Amino acid sequence: MQFDFDSAEPIYLQVASQIEDAIFTGAFPENEQIPSTTEISKQFHINPATVLKGMNILVSEGLLEKRRGMGTFVTIDGQKKVVEKRRSKFYDDFILDLINEADKLKLNQADVLKLIQRGYQNDHN
Amino acid sequence: MTTIKIEHLNKHFHKQSGLNDINLTFESNQIYGLLGRNGAGKSTLLNIITDRIFANSGQVKLDGAVMHDNGDALSKVFMMSQDNLYQESTKVQNIIKTTAAVYDGFDQHLANELIQKFDVNVKTKFGKLSTGYHSIVKLIIALCVPAEVVIFDEPTLGLDANHRELFYSELIQSYSDNPRTFIISTHLIDEVANIVSDVAIIDHGAVIVSGDNESVLKNAHTITGPERELDQYCAGLNVIGSKHLGNLKTNYVYGPLNDDQRIPDTVSVESLDLQTLFIYLTKRKGELENDE
Repeated sequence: MQFDFDSAEPIYLQVASQIEDAIFTGAFPENEQIPSTTEISKQFHINPATVLKGMNILVSEGLLEKRRGMGTFVTIDGQKKVVEKRRSKFYDDFILDLINEADKLKLNQADVLKLIQRGYQNDHN
Repeated sequence: MTTIKIEHLNKHFHKQSGLNDINLTFESNQIYGLLGRNGAGKSTLLNIITDRIFANSGQVKLDGAVMHDNGDALSKVFMMSQDNLYQESTKVQNIIKTTAAVYDGFDQHLANELIQKFDVNVKTKFGKLSTGYHSIVKLIIALCVPAEVVIFDEPTLGLDANHRELFYSELIQSYSDNPRTFIISTHLIDEVANIVSDVAIIDHGAVIVSGDNESVLKNAHTITGPERELDQYCAGLNVIGSKHLGNLKTNYVYGPLNDDQRIPDTVSVESLDLQTLFIYLTKRKGELENDE
């Protein structure tokens, strides 16, 4: 995990998104225990309550669960849920921004589609 | 539960500046950052809380009881300060032994662990230690005494980067194992910015900002844009500093934004980190002119 402390985002949201990212990449595998609040807090020098607040967001989203007396675990379908969540945000986060920027650069729909095709060709050859 | 409440505290000195109507509350089991420049009044305030010096007026209360001359209340608060309270000729192991004898419930196990981790030679006389190790011995004692409120006055003075890192990790571990109130007084903001849950900024003997981190930072903004549009947008806002880069200007704002006013496309509003907020809020006149 890596924290970008200069970012405009509150730290607890960064904690949540870093853990989410680790679940997405499989660094924190499904059904396995993740580091404790204290471990994360100690390593990155973040207030334990802040770390807990970030973790609780992921608990409420069903990505993490607390198992009594054992610690915090990635849920059985945690990774799948992250993928679903990111897919549903893909349109808002990338497509809308892409169109917005294309407008500013005076690129029309056909231009953008062509660029997307080019991107696929370069990337998949 | 242990709550420290400071009410209308004033302290006058002949030559240096004192404290001016300080009102602050330290709730139990939180980690506080008491931030201020050198000479802002942090140590004066802490020395009054721990009854080492006396206020001219106002009071400090612990759970409702005035702390001045109150041994019972004072025993719940421990302060690690830069003053050397230990005899130069005493060996470190004897300082720790004496402290453990005085404080019933001293965590000897943790003390041994920290002595190993920081690689303290306990057979050395206190006076022969380096500045960094003076601090380390005092930090170890502060983490091991059974106080409900532990105050650190410039805890990492003289510590190298590795030892600073280790200290903050051990502080968090100790807090997790045994939650209590920590007050960290420092001018090194970046070091503690994410560790503390609440801050109080002191300048010229007065509290200029206090509250939980999140709500303080919610009011701290970096606003950038072409000078004319920027200044138009920022009219009426509490601008605490600005920077120029050609026609591009950045204003640092502390306080609520005007929600009724639309932000021009050319102007961007971002948040401001604690360190930058602190620097601009506590700038002296000459330092401000430097920016222009």
